[in-house]
Amino acid sequence: MPVRIQPEPFDAGAELMALTTGRPDIGASVTFVGQVRELSGGSTLSTMTLEHYPAMAQAELERIEGEARTRFDVQDIEVIHRFGDLSPGDPIVLVIATSASRQPAFDAANFIMDFLKTNAPFWKKEHAADGSYWVDAKSSDDAATQRWDK
Amino acid sequence: MSGEVTVLYFARLREAVGTSEERIVLPESIANAGALLEHLAASDEQKKFAFEGQDIKIAVNQEQATPATPIAPGDEVALFPPVTGG
Repeated sequence: MPVRIQPEPFDAGAELMALTTGRPDIGASVTFVGQVRELSGGSTLSTMTLEHYPAMAQAELERIEGEARTRFDVQDIEVIHRFGDLSPGDPIVLVIATSASRQPAFDAANFIMDFLKTNAPFWKKEHAADGSYWVDAKSSDDAATQRWDK
Repeated sequence: MSGEVTVLYFARLREAVGTSEERIVLPESIANAGALLEHLAASDEQKKFAFEGQDIKIAVNQEQATPATPIAPGDEVALFPPVTGG
């Protein structure tokens, strides 16, 4: 399955192995893993809750994945995004892109993360000692997505 | 057609509105998502307060939409703050 949304952790190494074993046509694999960072702004995070809009998150990630396949000469793409309660160090998101040579794999993984950040309906709520806060969207993420318009 | 739309709220907006999902009878005068938002705010003080000054994103039937996106009975309209996943 190219797009999976799940509460469970994932094993990036096992996913990469599953995607590339027996595939001599693949010459390059790029794996991106996003994790929960302990330091957020000024406060230290204890846990984080990821809320999502299930039907749209699946549809949107599939749209982004499909667009990446159209734009870049990739062999395979896999995207996993978690939801629910997470702790610092936990993996949140996995993107693997494979291609014959390195550039399409790098570009596809980068493209997918940029669009995932601005378009996929997930919301982070951070829980710290002094309270719980919804994370604000960053304008730098919008700028990262817009550069693909060129 | 029942003449209703399902409205979903997420994250900060869900908390401010006080519900995650509701069915709204769609007045005939409402043809797009922007008009629905205005209708919701006009008929409920808590929503009016929740929407005020907020950057509200809209999806219609699980696809990104704008205030000009047409809506019809049976549609699923989702309202939420800018996304912060990844």
